[in-house]
Amino acid sequence: MDVKENTASEQVFPGEVHDLPGGGVVLSKLDDIINWARSNSIWPLTFATSCCGIEMMAVASSKYDFSRFGFEVARATPRQADVIIIAGTIVNKMAPVLKRLYDQMADPKYVIAMGACAISGGPFFYNTYSVVKGADHVIPVDVYIAGCPPRPEALLHALITLQGKIKSGLTRDQIRQAQPDTER
Amino acid sequence: MLNEELKIRITEMLASASFDEAGEWLNISITPADWADFAHRLRDTAGLEFNFLFCVTCVDWKTHLGMVYHLTSTIHRHNIVVKAKLDRENPEIETVSNIWRTAEFHEREVYDLFGVKFIDHPDLRRLFLTDDWKGWPLRKDYEDPVNMIKL
Repeated sequence: MDVKENTASEQVFPGEVHDLPGGGVVLSKLDDIINWARSNSIWPLTFATSCCGIEMMAVASSKYDFSRFGFEVARATPRQADVIIIAGTIVNKMAPVLKRLYDQMADPKYVIAMGACAISGGPFFYNTYSVVKGADHVIPVDVYIAGCPPRPEALLHALITLQGKIKSGLTRDQIRQAQPDTER
Repeated sequence: MLNEELKIRITEMLASASFDEAGEWLNISITPADWADFAHRLRDTAGLEFNFLFCVTCVDWKTHLGMVYHLTSTIHRHNIVVKAKLDRENPEIETVSNIWRTAEFHEREVYDLFGVKFIDHPDLRRLFLTDDWKGWPLRKDYEDPVNMIKL
């Protein structure tokens, strides 16, 4: 795999630095700086519904440590969280809770669907009366990670992919506001 | 008390009981009609004193439903498993929630998912599913054409 391709989204700083005598000038777009700042501090919600949650906790702990990339600390309230990692099966009774948590998060907010259950209902539980066949039936998802459960490295990759997505431009809601009449 | 001793004591108490000692714990099969009286005596007989019902479940064997009760004694530290076969069309058995209070919710769960009717249960309603749910989802012949595919 080409290493450069994977790190392409990690631009150092969005703008030009002009060195002048006695100091310097930075030229950039405010939107880009906001997105750059925002992407480097995304606090996840403490939310896990099954075994992927154990893997998510491993990624939070010292061995993998997603704080290194700006996913500083998991918050136990949606009002302080920026990203919700759907780590596990969503059942029909959990779906309204998930929706409420998402609604309570402040904008801008992001969603990662972690593992087979969150993507499609799962490798084991999909053929039942009780399981939602993919969390994107309930809330919109930004990044999907395959796996059952995904490796910790895969979750880190998804988090970095999300950062790249944030840096690359507008959020879903900003696109909607910019084009209010287009089909949603 | 060892399984052998338990077997002797329980045979004295209920002659119609049959036993299976294949597993770690003594399995006792009884008829549903004997259950309420038998359960009382399991708890109250000195030396047995099964004072904790730690698991109630049900199995759909397609030909019948099987109730399974796991009992232990916190005084003597011995365990037994009591099994009773129920008619699949009209599954009924006495409640034991008056003997072991924990059975109240366990039996509601079994009712919710298997449709077993517990006679004299104080509050036999659905537990996990919505009140207007149709059918018994853990039965083998349960069908849900919206959420499930036939394999």
